[in-house]
Formats: sequence, C-alpha cells, structure tokens
Amino acid sequence: MDHLPTLVSEARQAIQAADSIQALDELRVRYLGKKGELTALLKGLGKLPADERPAAGEHINQAKQALAQELDVRRQDLEKAALEARLAAERVDVTLPGRGQPSGGLHPVTRTLERIEGLFTRIGYDVAVGPEIEDDYHNFEALNIPAHHPARGMADTFYFDATRLLRTHTSPVQVRTMKASQPPIRIVCPGRVYRSDSDLTHTPMFHQVEGLLVDEDVSFADLKGTIEDFLHAFFERDDLSVRFRPSYFPFTEPSAEVDIQCVMCAGDGCRVCSHSGWLEVMGCGMVHPEVFRHSGIDAECYKGFAFGMGAERLAMLRYGVNDLRLFFDNDLRFLRQFA
Amino acid sequence: MKFSEQWLRDWVSPQLATQALADQITMAGLEVDAVEPVAAPFEGVVVAVVVGKAPHPDADKLSVCQVDDGSGDPVQVVCGAPNVAAGQKVPFARVGAVLPGDFKIRKAKLRGAESRGMICSASELGLEEETSAGILELPATAPVGEDFRAWMGLDDATIEVDLTPNRGDCLSVKGMAREVGVLNRLPVNGPGVAPVAATHDQTFPVRVEDAERCPRYIGRLIKGVNLAAETPLWMVERLRRSGIRSIDAVVDITNYVMLELGQPLHAFDHANLHGAVIVRLAREGERLVLLDGQEITLGGDTLVIADERGPLAIAGVMGGEHSGVNVDTRDIFLESAFFSPLAVAGQARLYGLHTDASHRFERGVDSRLAREAAERATALLLEITGGEPGPLIEVSSDAHLPVGRDVLLRATRLEQALGKALPADEVGEILERLGMGVEPTAEGWLASIPSWRFDIAIEEDLIEEVARIHGYNRLPVRRPAARLALRPDHEAHTPLGRLRRQMVARGYQEAVTYSFVAPDLQQALLPQAVSPVLANPISSDLSVMRASLFPGLVRALTHNLNRQQTRVRLFETGLVFRGELDELQQIPMLGALVCGSRDPEGWSGGRDSVDFFDLKGDLESLLSMSGEPDAWRFEPAEHSALHPGQSARILHRGEEAGWIGTLHPAVRSRLGLKVDAILFEVRLDGLTHGRVPAFTPLSRYPEVRRDLAFLVAEDLPVQALLDTIGSRAGEWLIEHRLFDVYQGKGVPEGCKSIALGLTWQHPSRTLNDEEINQLVDAIVTETGQHLGAELRG
Repeated sequence: MDHLPTLVSEARQAIQAADSIQALDELRVRYLGKKGELTALLKGLGKLPADERPAAGEHINQAKQALAQELDVRRQDLEKAALEARLAAERVDVTLPGRGQPSGGLHPVTRTLERIEGLFTRIGYDVAVGPEIEDDYHNFEALNIPAHHPARGMADTFYFDATRLLRTHTSPVQVRTMKASQPPIRIVCPGRVYRSDSDLTHTPMFHQVEGLLVDEDVSFADLKGTIEDFLHAFFERDDLSVRFRPSYFPFTEPSAEVDIQCVMCAGDGCRVCSHSGWLEVMGCGMVHPEVFRHSGIDAECYKGFAFGMGAERLAMLRYGVNDLRLFFDNDLRFLRQFA
Repeated sequence: MKFSEQWLRDWVSPQLATQALADQITMAGLEVDAVEPVAAPFEGVVVAVVVGKAPHPDADKLSVCQVDDGSGDPVQVVCGAPNVAAGQKVPFARVGAVLPGDFKIRKAKLRGAESRGMICSASELGLEEETSAGILELPATAPVGEDFRAWMGLDDATIEVDLTPNRGDCLSVKGMAREVGVLNRLPVNGPGVAPVAATHDQTFPVRVEDAERCPRYIGRLIKGVNLAAETPLWMVERLRRSGIRSIDAVVDITNYVMLELGQPLHAFDHANLHGAVIVRLAREGERLVLLDGQEITLGGDTLVIADERGPLAIAGVMGGEHSGVNVDTRDIFLESAFFSPLAVAGQARLYGLHTDASHRFERGVDSRLAREAAERATALLLEITGGEPGPLIEVSSDAHLPVGRDVLLRATRLEQALGKALPADEVGEILERLGMGVEPTAEGWLASIPSWRFDIAIEEDLIEEVARIHGYNRLPVRRPAARLALRPDHEAHTPLGRLRRQMVARGYQEAVTYSFVAPDLQQALLPQAVSPVLANPISSDLSVMRASLFPGLVRALTHNLNRQQTRVRLFETGLVFRGELDELQQIPMLGALVCGSRDPEGWSGGRDSVDFFDLKGDLESLLSMSGEPDAWRFEPAEHSALHPGQSARILHRGEEAGWIGTLHPAVRSRLGLKVDAILFEVRLDGLTHGRVPAFTPLSRYPEVRRDLAFLVAEDLPVQALLDTIGSRAGEWLIEHRLFDVYQGKGVPEGCKSIALGLTWQHPSRTLNDEEINQLVDAIVTETGQHLGAELRG
C-alpha cells in the first residue's frame, strides 16, 4: 500500500514513454488488467484493518482512474500522430495530369449543322433528310428546272447516267417532304451536296442546310424575319446588319440573296468581303407555284418560303477558318480545335 | 455581261457616281461582279500629227519625227515603231507626261538625236495587255492638241454584271439602260434606228422548214462591201471595254449590234450560199466545219442554217468556216433571226461550245428585235464598209411567235405575299416603268408584258418585280406565327447526335471524308465492292462512290500519319453506296478507326498499342446504347480488308450489320501503312433503334454466385460456351462475368481455361444450394457433351 505513489509514478513514466498503441495496451494490462498491479493492490485491501480500508480503496481507485485517463490521452496522441504520418506518406502531386482517355470532338461542320438545326428545331421545325444519289426529277424537274434550263448551268452536276446524279442541293428533300405530308410544314434539311467544282473556294462536296415553311398565311415579311433572327442568333450579334438582294432561283419567287455586314471587318472592307463590307451568306425566296404543283400542294391556299445556306461558309465565318479545304483533310491538329 | 459605263450613259445617265450606280444595279438584282477602269491612269498625252519623218542617222530601226501637238512649233521625237508615218494622227506623250506604271516622259537623247516626248502604242497607254506591234494610229478626224484621255473617253469604267439566267433581256446596253431608267425614273434614249432604203432589189430565197424553232428569220443581201475597211476606233474601244476583241469590220459590227441591242447576228459570204438559205433540223450525221476550225458531226435535233448543199451554221450558236466572211468577200448575206430558246437550249453544250449568241438565245432574245437589229447593222455597215443594201427578206410565222401576254396581279395576293399593302398608284407606276401596259381592274392590275420580258408569265413574276423595284429592304419584317402543336417524340429512338457524342466521349475525333473515293483505294480494301461510278468525276481520285467508310478513314489515317500524328482515333457517319444504280442502296453507317497507343503518352500509363478489343469495347458502348444489346452478335468471319484471325462480322438480329477487325497486313503494306490499324463500320439503323425502359422489381432475396473454370479447346469461341451455359443456367441467372482467360502452365497444350462468375437471384424467395448445384451440374454436363469442356478442379 505504501508503494502506491511509486507505482503510479512509474506507470505514468511508462505511459509517456510508450511509442505505440501496442505498448499502451500492454501497460493497460500490466497496471489495470485483471492481474494488473493496481488490481492486485485492490485485492490486497482485505489485509488492512477495517477502518483503513475505505480510504485506501478510494486512493487506489483514484489512481486507477487517473492512469486510465492518461492511457486514453496518450492513445489519442499516438493515433493522431500515426494518422498524420500516414497522410504525409500518402501525399500525391495533384498537379500531375489525370489518367484515362481524353475526349475527342465533333467535326466543325457537324457542330455548325447541329447548331443551325437546334436554332430551328427549338421553334418547331423538324429535321428531314434524304438520299444523296438523286434523280433528275427531284433535283431539277420538280424544282422548276426543266431539261436545258439555263439554270442547270448554275450548278455543275455530277452525273452517273442520263437521269441519275449526285444532288446539287438538299432541295429534293423539300420536294419529297411536301409530297409526303400536308401543310403546315416546317423543316430544315441538312446534308451533303455535290458540285463539280474544285478550287480555293470550292470543294466538290460540301454541306447545306435548307429550310422550308409552308402554311396558309406566309409572306416575304415572315421570310425576312426568320432569316434576320437566324443570322442574329447564329452569330450571336443582334446588331448584325442584314440585307436582301433580289436574285433568281427557279424554285422560288420572289427570290433573294442575303448579305450580312462582314463579320471580319465589321463592314469596313477587307480581303474576306472583297472590300465591299458585305458577305453573301444565304439564298432564299417564296416557294414557286410550279414547285407546289409538282409537290401536290395548292398554291392558291398555301404559301411558303425556303432558304438555303452552306455550312462550311458559315463555319468559316463563325470560327475564322481561312481555308475551305481543311474541312475535308481531317487533320487531327485542325479537328482538335473544335472539340 | 460586260459593258462600258459611258456607253450606258449615252442611253441613260443618272446623277450617280460609278460605284453608286454599280450598287444600285446590284441591289436591283443584277449583281455587279466588278467595276474596273478601262485604262490605267496616265496624263499629259494629247492628240498630235506626225508632220515629218526621217531616218535616224545612227540607228536603222529608229526614225526622227517632227510632231505637231497643237502647242506651236513641231517638236522632234525619236520613234522606234515600224508603222510611224508622216501625216498620221497619233497619241503623243509630251515631256512631263506620266504613263501607266508611273513612267515619266523626259527630254532625252537617243543615239545622239534629241527626243522631246513619245509617240505611244496602245499597250504603252494600258489599252492592250499584249505589247503592241506599233504606235496607235488615230483617225484623221482626231483633233490635234486635244487631251487624248478626254477625247478617247478613257475616264470610263467597265462594269461586269453577273446576270441570273432569267434576265436575258439585260444582255445588252439597251437592256441595262432600260433597267437603270426604271430604277431612276429616267427616260432612255438610244441611237435612232431608221429603216435603210434598199438601193437594189435583189433578194435571196429563205426557206424556214421548222417555224416552231425559228419563228422569224430576217435576211438582207448587201452587195459590194469593203472588207478591207478598218473598224473605227470608237467601235474597237467599245468592243474592247465590253471584253470583245476586234476581228474585222463586219464581225465587229455584228458583235457591236449584239452588245448594243441584244440581238445576235450572223453574216454569210453570199458567194458561198447555194440556192437558198434553209432553216431546218440537221440530218443525223451531217458534218460541219465551224468558224473555230473544229469539225463536228451534227445530231438530228440540232437546228441548222443550210443551203442546198448542206449545213452552213448551227442556228443561234456558231457559223461555219466555209460560209463565213473573209477578206475576199464582196457581198454579204446578213442574218437576224429569232430562234426559240428551246431550239437553242442545250445545243451549244452538246458540241462543247458556248458562244455569245447561244448564251443569249438560250435565255431568250426579244422576238421583236430582229428587224431593228438588221436595220441598225445595215446602217453601220454602209457607214463603215460601204455597200448596196437590198430589201429586207422576212419569213415569220405568227402562229409560232410568242404572243403578247396579259398577266393579272391581284392586290390581295400582292399584300399577302409581301406582308404589306403597297399604295395602288405606286404599284401601277412600277409596272408602267417596267414597260408594261397597265389596266386597273376591280381586283388589281392587268399588265401586258413587253416582248423583251419573256421571263414574266405569272402573277408571282409581277409580285417579284414590284417588290424588287419597291426595294426588298423597304418591305416589312415579321415573324411567322404558328400553332403550338406538340409533335410525337419517339423515345425508343437513339438520335445520331447521342451516338456521335458517345464516340467523342471515348476519345474519337469526327472526320468528314468525301463520298467519292479513289477506285484503287476502294479496290485494295474491298475488291468485291460494287458502287456507282461518276460519269464526269472531278478527278480519277474522286470517281467512285464509297461502298464503305473504310477507304475514307484509311485515307484520313494516312494524312495524319504523314504529319507525325501517330495516335489516331477517328469516326465518321454518312451514307455508303452499294450496288449498281438500279439496285442501289444508300445506307447510313457509322465507322471508326484506331491506331497507335491505347492511352495518350503520359506519366502513368502503359505504352501498349490499341488492339481489337479496345475498338470492340468502344463499339459495344454504342451497342449498349441501342437498347437491345443482346440483339448484337460478333461472329468470326473473313473480310478482304481485315486480318483473317482478327475480324468479325457484326450481326444485328441475325442480319449482317457491319464489320470489325484489324487491317489485313497485306492490305496495309499495299497501302504503304507501317502501323496496325483497327476499324469497324456498322449500320446506323440498328444503332439508333433504342428502347423505352421497362422496370423490373428489385429482388429482396440474396444473390448466389458460383465461379466455374472450364478447360476448352483453344479455338472454341467463348460465345459458344456462353450460349451453352445460358441454355442450361435457368431463368434466374441474372449475370455472368467472364473474369479470366488463361493458357500456360497447368493448362494442357491446345486448351485454354475460361473462368466465369455466375450469379443467380430469385425475385420472390431465397434460392437454396441444392437448386444451384443442380443448375451447375446441368451446365457442366451440357458443356462437356457439346463442347468438350471440362470443369477445372
């Protein structure tokens, strides 16, 4: 009993000196366990006179509690140190690049086509597609371009034989859609088109989006509004000047070419706009009654407008691409810029 | 159509500067392509007369001239031109003049002789591109001392208009002037054309055998013309400014009248006409040597001008060599005819020709112009070449000539079409300005269409004219109104855009390649492919339609490998074309190609190359989007472009839907590729076939898993093992995982070990061991019997 203080002080020193959880557990057993030294003292109380027992018992219990608490504190300290050591060891360089497959990207023409489709489908147009090897009837005849019409010279056509050809525009899709459905019709027709022309500014294949709206009360004013809205939305420029120039397409009347203020020089004149300040970007017009007749739509009851644009041209203006041919080289260094 | 601004201004001259005039024309729908000065800038050049010429004492090729430039005493000029002669009027650059190219004229000594100025050639003044042979000789009437530039009217511009095919009426100065007059509300005044009185009464028989194709034919015999007469400078200049070279006086005059009025003319040498002028269809196989020297064989639907011996010219396209005028011609037969556009259309192209005449006749020439043009040309001929005109010979068929048309424009339709009612008097006035007779009616306006506006036939044509002259940009702007009707949306359809994005997410760049490919490339990859061949390809490299996406992808791969891009992942979507034209299929497909390392070069990854299973995994990720992944199978099969041991036919619901495989090493080396590439292509119709999700309740009962390893022959496709297991695993098998394929130590030669984890779960109760053991036994028995598979211990 007399050596309790010595025992406690020894135990304290041992606890402070312990450098692992395991050592602490051993100390707990040694002092506080069933066969521990303090437990042994408690068991020895019976040898004391009865009047001393309560006080001695209290002393021992207090010592036990104090040691138990010290063991816990020490344990927490050790655990904390262990965690810190582990964290330090597990440190990584978070600036190293991540692992795995980097994503690729859509072709700029697809990106442009999807953007144009999106603008129109959001206000209720459908997307329509059709064959690329077409016949004379759908590509020309039904569009009011009979054989030997001088307008056939406007587009140099790739032929397979006397009547089958690569479509020179996506207008045949309009004809097919009008034949297959009744107004109101609101469609955009994106796709590949082909013209036998190859130089700095022409490729023998390119992409068009054409639009068609047929309904009871449709006017040139609606066409103008649609085109202006579209160009403002496409270029995200509400102040972009748009002008309509009379022109001629056999399948529309009145017909117009659409110019925008040059997006490269803001209309001041530059190489891109041939110093005119204007860029021709689209053709459009009111559907010609002859086209309605071929498509089985009554021109007295219905009116319509149609428009068409080249996707590559719009992509070039939007993204500043200066060489049309890059679109079809599929050079990864080019394609990655549009991811 | 190219013309001189000054020539136009002789007819109508609005108070507009050149560019403003060009802009106005453009905005009226006649797009001006170019405005170019007719001569480069120069100054200090005057009209002068050579009053004396003597040989240079010290130089054979030079002469010493005395030139009177109207400023006093003649000045001495050394001239090297062979054609300089005393008495000539010439353009003379005084000392101090600046010629094109900033060439300053100074006092000089040439081989000892003083020279104060320069007698100029056309090319030195920038009037000709090619270096002229000698000095430019001016007409005797040229006023000495007058500024040459002003006298020649060289402060002029050539305006080039890119006319749309409907506006054949503007293919002349007269036509352009009419249009400019309309736009500026100005009267249009051309040179008066009066009938020329005949000085003899000799005619020549004209027989029109095809009045439908030639409703009007006018001829005139002009005797005793002087072909040696020179075309006057003013005419040469006007032709030059319109892009036409001077040939001889007769040809120049016919060209001039064509440019001025729009009527193509032709002059025959009367001495070479035999019997009669006959307008008829060619007889199949007849031959004709054209003016340009080429001999053609005529087809039966070509209208010709013939005489009793045979064809002389293709009507409205080009004359023949034999019957044309030449220096020896004395008497000419002038033709001014109206050929119907359909008679000429396509004929020029048929013979590979395109002439100013065919260009005009195809688009339409004013059917009432022939007589006026014949008179105008006669007058010019008499003035320039002299001669004795006979009476006009005219053969016309009223039944076939275009009839005057009246077209009704309804006010309501006009308002509907434009979205705005224009004032009635403005509409009437616009129509009148366009040369129409206008009669107001209860509904609107009845317009009688002038003979030169053959493009106007229906109400919409009038609406366009009114809108055009009123100004498109002054018309209202409105947004279309539409009923907000919902449209069906098929959830069981996977949009192409989603598939594209899946490929993008897996690291692919989208390619767009031409739909036509090089035949040898397609042949190398797909020797059996049949696809349409273009009749008129732009080059042999782009002449056959692709039967597969492989050629385009391989070509794009080559392009990139040649540019140090070694890790290539590309995909493309688009049509492929299979079969002869009559059984043609245009099939939408998606194809992809990979090459190079599996992972991008980096600090953590391996350097392994991609293999078949990388690409297959990417393809399977698309198939799993299709909503019915189980409908797809891969079966070992051989393909001409693919490695026979690493290629599979892709089946969708049992039908061939595409191919996947490693590029065949032999094909690869034939294409000059040094690295492995793996590709697939698959039909889009199956891929876009999605599904509407259908819920299955989640089981609350435990799963039971058994791992089984089988020993099978090494050439047994795993798919066969899986199918056999599936047939015996019962309806509660919810998953199988193939977690190991092993060959090597512990596995007999010629065998492989395949380890699978099979998981069962019952929806409404706990499965007991006995049930599972029975299923496993059944699987083992079945695979043993059918596939020779052995369960490994």
